Amino acid sequence: MAVRTLQINDTLVSAREDQTILEAARDHGIKIPTLCHLEGLTDVGACRLCLVEVATVGGGAKLLPSCVSHVAEDMIVHTDTPRLGEYRRMIVELVMAERNHVCSVCVANNHCELQDMAVAMGVDHIRYDYLSPSCSVDLSHERYGIDHNRCILCTRCVRVCDEVEGAHTWDVAGRGTRSRVITDMNQPWGSSDTCTSCGKCVMACPTGALFLQGSSVSEMEHDRGTLAFLLNAREKKQWLV
Amino acid sequence: MELTDLHAIADAERAGRRPIQVRVCSAEGCLSSNSRAVRQRLEDATVRAGLEDRVQVCEVGCLRLCSEGPLVRVEPEGSLYQQVTPEQADSIIGTLTGGTTDARRGDPGGAFFARQHSIVLENCGVVEPERIESYLAAGGYQPLHHSLREMSPSEVVDSITRSGLRGRGGAGYPTGLKWATVAKMPPGQKFVVCNADEGDPGAFMDRSVLESDPHRVLEGMAIAAYAVGADRGYIYVRGEYKLAIRRLGIAIRQARALGLLGSGIFDSPFNFRIDLRIGAGAFVCGEETALMASIQGQRGIPCPRPPYPAQAGLWGHPTLLNNVETFANVPAIIRDGDAWFARLGTEGSKGTKVFALAGNVRHSGLVEVPMGMTVREIVEEIGGGAPDGRAIKAVQTGGPSGGCIPAEHLDTPIDYESLIRLGSIMGSGGMVVMDENVNMVGVARYFMEFCKDESCGKCIPCRAGTVQMHRLLERIGAGEGNRADLARLEGLCDVVKHTSLCGLGQAAPNPVLSTLRFFRHEYESRLRGDSPAPEESRSVNAARA
Repeated sequence: MAVRTLQINDTLVSAREDQTILEAARDHGIKIPTLCHLEGLTDVGACRLCLVEVATVGGGAKLLPSCVSHVAEDMIVHTDTPRLGEYRRMIVELVMAERNHVCSVCVANNHCELQDMAVAMGVDHIRYDYLSPSCSVDLSHERYGIDHNRCILCTRCVRVCDEVEGAHTWDVAGRGTRSRVITDMNQPWGSSDTCTSCGKCVMACPTGALFLQGSSVSEMEHDRGTLAFLLNAREKKQWLV
Repeated sequence: MELTDLHAIADAERAGRRPIQVRVCSAEGCLSSNSRAVRQRLEDATVRAGLEDRVQVCEVGCLRLCSEGPLVRVEPEGSLYQQVTPEQADSIIGTLTGGTTDARRGDPGGAFFARQHSIVLENCGVVEPERIESYLAAGGYQPLHHSLREMSPSEVVDSITRSGLRGRGGAGYPTGLKWATVAKMPPGQKFVVCNADEGDPGAFMDRSVLESDPHRVLEGMAIAAYAVGADRGYIYVRGEYKLAIRRLGIAIRQARALGLLGSGIFDSPFNFRIDLRIGAGAFVCGEETALMASIQGQRGIPCPRPPYPAQAGLWGHPTLLNNVETFANVPAIIRDGDAWFARLGTEGSKGTKVFALAGNVRHSGLVEVPMGMTVREIVEEIGGGAPDGRAIKAVQTGGPSGGCIPAEHLDTPIDYESLIRLGSIMGSGGMVVMDENVNMVGVARYFMEFCKDESCGKCIPCRAGTVQMHRLLERIGAGEGNRADLARLEGLCDVVKHTSLCGLGQAAPNPVLSTLRFFRHEYESRLRGDSPAPEESRSVNAARA
C-alpha cells in the first residue's frame, strides 16, 4: 500500500493512497464539516458541505467533495477558506429553509447534527424564504417514527438499511425538493414486509427525522455507538467495545 | 452478408423505384398536423389518376421547415408544398400531368435550404426511415463494412481523432479522445451507449435524426463498438419520443435480420447487439451517470465523477457514451475520410451542427450548418428574422444549461469556445429566438422553473437552491423584489454553480447569469423603488399581451 504526501491547510500530511481527503484530514485532526457522510457507509457526495479547495496546475483552485476524492501526491488542499465558509453557511441555510426545522419543539433538539452545524457556522438567521412544505409524520411502526418535516435527504437511512442491514426497506421517491424517503413501495412503515425493525436507520439519522416512539422534545439521542460497534464487528471482526 | 449482398439489395431498391417520388414528411411535427391523412389521400389520388407505375408516394423523415408542415416534396422536379391539407392531394398529383394546384408552394432554393450543409441530415427527408433497403440504397452500412474489413480498431479511433469531431451533446469533449480512452481499457466486457434523452425545452434535433434516419445512428454505434472493443450497446431514449422508439425498434430488427447487428457481422469476429432503454421522463437522466443508473434499473440520479464512464460505467465496465448526433456523424467520417471532415468548420470545432431553430423566427425547423457560421446568418438568413418586422433581442442556446446571446453579439461564429466566452454553450442544439417583446427576467424564471422541477433532489445546492432562485425571480419579475433580493439571487447563482454535484445543477444558474450580464437593466428596472409605477407597468403588460 503506497503512501502519499500532501498539504492540507499548509501542513504536510501523509495518507494511504486509497484514503479520501476527508479521511486523511480527520486522521490529522483537521475538521471538515459533513452531513451525508457516515463512517462505514458508501459516500454519495450529496450534502456538499465537505467541499474543499484543491489547487490546480493553472494556479486556481477547484472545489472537490472530500468524502469521495482520493488523495494524490503533492496535492494542495485548503479546507477552511472564506469562500468555503460562505458556501457552507449558504448550504446550511438552504436546508434549514427547505423543510420545517423548528429546533425548539424537535425531538432531537441539542442532539442534532444540522443544529450543531448551524451553530458552528454562526447561522443566526436565514436569508431565504422558508418554504414551509406540508410534510407528513408516519407513526405506523410500533417502535419508530419518521417526521418528514425534519428530513434533510442525506440518505443515511437508505444506505445503512441497504448496505449494513441488507433489507433495503428505505429508498427515495419523487424528485427535487418534493423528494421523500419512503419505506418499501411508499407504504406505511408499519406495514413494511422488509423492515426488520433493527433500528439502524434511527441510529444513523443526523436530525430528528427518525426517532424512537415515545421521545419527547430534546429526548432523542441517536445511538451512534451501537452502529459503530456493529460496523466495526462486521468489517474488522472485533467484537469487544 | 457480404458487400456484394449489400450492393444487390441497394441495386434492387434503386431499380424498383418509380420515376417520380412524392415524399411526405412523417416526422412527429408534420404527423401532428395530419400528414398521415395527406399521404393516404396522395396515394388514393395516384391510383385514381392511374399513375401507380410512375409515381411513388413514400413516408420520409423530417423535411426540416417544421413551421410550415405538413410538408410534401416531389422529386426529381424538386417542388415543395407547405401546409398541405388532405383535400389538396388530388391537385398536387394533378400537377404531374400538367394540372394546377392551390397548395402553397415553398421555395426549395431559398436561404432556409440553400444555406444549410448536410452531413448528419444528408438522408433526412430522403430515405424511408422504416425501410432498411432505402438506407442501403443511400450507401448505408458500407462504412461499417469498410471499418470491419479494411481498418483495425485503432485505425478507426485514429480516424475519428483526426477528424476533430467533438461531442454533440453539449460539452464538446473530443470524441476521438473518449473513444481512445475506452479502447485502451483492458479487454473484457465493454458497452457503447447512445444518449437519446434529449430534454432541453425547444430542442428536437436528436428526435428528428432518430425518426428520419435511425439506421445511421445504429451504424455509428456499431463502428464505435468495433473501435473500442464493445459487443453490447444501449440506446437510452426518452419515453416521450414514441415514434423514434418505434422506428428504432424496427431498425434494430431489420438490421439484425440482415446480419448487420448481432453475431459475426459481415462474417467477421465482431459481434454487436443493441437494446433500447426507455426513459421515464426525467431531464437529469441525460446526465451520463444518471443515465447509466437508469439503464441499470436504478433511480436516475447522478454520481460523483471520477470514475468516468470510460473507466467504470455500466455495471462497472468501461462504457463509451455519446450523443445521437455524434454517432450520426461517424459513418460519414469513415466514408468520406477524416481529412474531408476536418476541412469543414473552424479551427477548434469541426464539421457541422444541427440546430432546432424555434421561437420568434419566421422559418422554424431543423437546420444543419457548418461550424463557424454566425448566429446572425442562422437566425436572419436561414430563419428569416423575427416575424412582423420585429427586432431580434436575443438568441438562447443550450436550453436550461445555456444562455442568451444578445443582439449585439449575433455576429459570433458558432463554435464551442466562442459561445462559452459569451456565457452560453453550444448545448445539444436548441436555438430559441427572442424578439424585442420578450421579457428576459421571465426567460430566466422559465428556465429556473424547469431546473427546479427537474432537479433530482440528491445534492442540497441544486435541490434547495433552484427553488429559492425561482422564488426570487418570480418576485423580481412581479416588481416586488428589492436590491437585497437581487444580491441574494446572485449569491445563489454562485453557490449553485460551484457546489452542485452534477452538470445540471452546475449549469442551472446559467440562464440567470447570462441575462444578468446582458440585460441587467431589465432586472433593475423591476426592483421596488426603481420600478415603473404599477399603473404604468400594467399598461406595458397589456400592450404586450
